Amino acid sequence: MLSRHANELFWIARHVERAENTARLLDVTYRTSLLPYEVGQTGHAWAHPWSVPLITLGLASAYYERYDTLAAEQALRFMILDPANPSSIYSCLDAARESARTVRGAITSEMYEDLNATWIAMRGFCYADIQARGVSDFLDWVKMRSHLFRGVTFGTMLRDEAYHFIRLGTHMERADNTARIVDTKYHILLPSVADVGGAVDYYQWASLLQSLSAFESYRKIYSDVIAPRRIAELLILRDDMPRSLRSCMWFIHETLAKLCDDQSRDVERMAGEIHARLAYARTDEIIAFGLHEYLTAFLEHIAGLGAEVSRVFLVPG
Amino acid sequence: MRAADGTIRPHYARFAEWLESTAPERIAQKREAAERLFHRVGITFAVYGEGMGTERLIPFDLVPRIIPAHEWQALEAGLAQRVHALNLFLHDIYHEQAILRAGIVPAEHVLGNTRFRPEMVGVEVPRGVYAHVAGIDVVRLPTGQYCVLEDNLRVPSGVSYMLENRKMTMRLFPELFAAQSVRPIQHYPDALLDTLHAVAPPGLDRPTVAVMTPGTFNSAYFEHAFLAQQMGVELVEGQDLVVQDDTVYMRTTRGPQRVHVIYRRVDDEYLDPSAFRADSMLGVPGLFGAYRAGRVTLANAIGAGVADDKSIYPYVPDIIRFYLAEEPRLESVPTLDLARADDRAEALARLDELVVKEVHGSGGYGMLVGPTASRAELDDFRARILAAPEHYIAQPTLALSTSPTFDGDRLVARHIDLRPYVLAGRDITLVPGGLTRVALREGSLVVNSSQGGGTKDTWVLAAETPC
Repeated sequence: MLSRHANELFWIARHVERAENTARLLDVTYRTSLLPYEVGQTGHAWAHPWSVPLITLGLASAYYERYDTLAAEQALRFMILDPANPSSIYSCLDAARESARTVRGAITSEMYEDLNATWIAMRGFCYADIQARGVSDFLDWVKMRSHLFRGVTFGTMLRDEAYHFIRLGTHMERADNTARIVDTKYHILLPSVADVGGAVDYYQWASLLQSLSAFESYRKIYSDVIAPRRIAELLILRDDMPRSLRSCMWFIHETLAKLCDDQSRDVERMAGEIHARLAYARTDEIIAFGLHEYLTAFLEHIAGLGAEVSRVFLVPG
Repeated sequence: MRAADGTIRPHYARFAEWLESTAPERIAQKREAAERLFHRVGITFAVYGEGMGTERLIPFDLVPRIIPAHEWQALEAGLAQRVHALNLFLHDIYHEQAILRAGIVPAEHVLGNTRFRPEMVGVEVPRGVYAHVAGIDVVRLPTGQYCVLEDNLRVPSGVSYMLENRKMTMRLFPELFAAQSVRPIQHYPDALLDTLHAVAPPGLDRPTVAVMTPGTFNSAYFEHAFLAQQMGVELVEGQDLVVQDDTVYMRTTRGPQRVHVIYRRVDDEYLDPSAFRADSMLGVPGLFGAYRAGRVTLANAIGAGVADDKSIYPYVPDIIRFYLAEEPRLESVPTLDLARADDRAEALARLDELVVKEVHGSGGYGMLVGPTASRAELDDFRARILAAPEHYIAQPTLALSTSPTFDGDRLVARHIDLRPYVLAGRDITLVPGGLTRVALREGSLVVNSSQGGGTKDTWVLAAETPC
C-alpha cells in the first residue's frame, strides 16, 4: 500500500487511542477531585488533582500559556474542547476523521461512517452541553466511541496491510500512554512511600488502576489489598493485561512480523527485543533499577522504534 | 412528470401514485432520513472561499427524475455517436489536422486555444482514445428530444453522486423499485475499471491502475476516494508518485511499485511541473515524458479539453458529419460564435433574449442570462463582448424541462438537466442514467452545485410501464 496511506491509517488509530486515554485520565481525575482532598504541602504541584493529566500528557506548560491558575473547568475545557491543543479530545477526533477522509478507500465504509459520526457529534458539543450531560457521562461516551471504532475495525476490515498499520498505531500509542501514566505516579509506587499508607494513597492507587481499566483485573488476579509492587507488575509485566507494556509490545511485535519483509526485518527485530526484555524482566529488578528510570528507558526505546517504523514504512525518504 | 395537458406521463404513474398515497409526515421523515444519511456517509463537497475545511452537502431531492426506455435509447445512441466523433476529432487535431485543412473548424479556434497542447502533437495514445470519461450535459426539450448543452472531456465530476443518490432512493423507496424495473447503474466502477484496463500500454497482463487526486482540499475529493475504493485501486497524490527512466512508480510500504494507467482528476497544467506549470505542487516531474514514451496511460488524455471548449461547441454537429458521415442524433443549441462579425451583430441586437457564455469559463460564474439580467449587467456584458468577442458565444434561452421538487413540504416545478457519463475504451459504453441536477431557486436555469443547485436520482425504466 501507499506509504502515505499507511501513515494516515497509523495515525487514525493513534489519535482514537489517544482520545480514549485522555478521557480515561480525565475521568479518574474528575472523580478523584470530588473526594475530600487537601493539598498537604505547598510546592507539590503534582498533588493538585488537575495537574496529573496535564503532567502525564506533557501539556502543563501549554496549559499555563493559556491560563494563570489551575482549575477544573479550565483544565477540562483545555483537554476536551480546545482546538488549539493538539492533544485535546476534540483535536484527536478531528485529526482521526481528517486522516480517515484521506484514506477512505483503504478502510471500510462502516469505519469511516463511525469516525465521521463521532466527529459530527464531537463538533456539536460545547462546555455547557458536557456539564449538562455530566462530565463522566461525556467521557464514557468518548471511551465507548473508541471501543466502537476498534470493534468496527475488528469486525469489518480485511486482514490486510491497512489493518495491520491500524493495529500497530493502536498499540504503539497505548504502550506510550501506559508508560506515561505509570511514570507520573511512580512516586506513589516506590517502596519508601508505600508504607505511608492512608486513604489518600489508596485512592491514588485505585485511580491509577481505574485509568487503565485495571482495577477489577487487579482484584481478580491478586484477591488482596492494593500493593504498589503488584501494581507495577500488573501494568508493566503481565501478558494477560491488555494495556500492560508487555501486552502492547507483544501486539506490536506480532504485527510487525506480518508487515516486515526481508528489507525491513530489522524493525521487527527491534520490537522483538523490547518485548523479550519485558517478558524476562522481574518486578524486583525494575524497582531496584528505579521505576522512573526504567519507564524513561522504555519510552526512549518505543520512540526509537516509532522512528524506525516511520522511516521504513510510513515516510520513506 | 406531467405532459403539456396536465396529465401524468405514463412512466411517472407509479411514483405519482406513491406520492398521492403517502402521508406528508412520512415523506418529511424520508427527507430527514436522507439528509442524516448523507451527512453520516460524508458525501460532502468543499466550498471554495468559505474558509478551510468548509464542507456542505449538495442538496438531494427525493423525487426521482424518470426517463422512459425509448427516450433513453435515442439519447444513448446520440451520446455514443458524439463521444466517438469527439475522440476522432482529438486524434485528428493532434495528428493530420484534416478537419482544419478542410476548413470545417476554424484553425485558430483549435491552435490558438490555451487548452490545445502543442506538446501532444504526434503523440500516440492507446486505441486513439483521448476522452475516456466524458460527461455530456443534456436537457430535454418539450419535443421529448434531448439537446446537448456542453461537453466535459477533461475531468468531469459528479458520478459518485449519481451512485450515492441511487443507493439512497433504494433505501428510501424499496417498494417503488419492487413495483417497476429501474435499470441498475451500480456497475459503473467496474465499467470504468474495464475501460482503464483496455487503454493500458499494450503487452501487459495485469495493468496497475491508480486514481490521482489533487488532495483532500479538492471539492471533488470525496468522489476521487469513492471511485478508487469502488475499483479497488490506490488513490494517489503527486507526492506518492516518482518517475525513473520514463517509468512511473508509487511509493509503497514495500518499496516502489509500477503504475500503468492513471485515472487522473488533476488538470493538464498541474500534472508535471517539468513540462507544464513549474509552480505546480500537485504534479510529478517526468510524468509527461513517461506518458509520451507510452509507458503510462493518462485518462483523460492531456489536451482533450480543447474539444469541450465552448468555442468548439458550435462546430460539433459538423465534426460528427465530417468523421462519421452521419447526421447528429442529438440536437445542439443553435449557437452564435461571437468571433464572427455577423453572429456578433445578431447577438448584440437581442442580448436580452440570449444566454452569453465565456468560452473558457466553467462553473457558471462567467455567464449572462439575458432575460433575467439587469440593465447594468447587460451593458457590462455588451462592453466585455466588444472588447474581446472571441471569448464569447451566445445561445437562445432554452425551455429547460422541469421536474417536481420539494421546497419545504411543497412540491414545486424546478428546472433540471442531465449529465450522463460516457466511457470510451475498447468501445463506448454508458450506464443507463446519469446525474440529474436541479436548479433549486425558482425560475433559475443554473444547476451547478457551486451556484445553489441540487441533485436527483435518475431512473431509466427497463420497459414501457403499462398505463
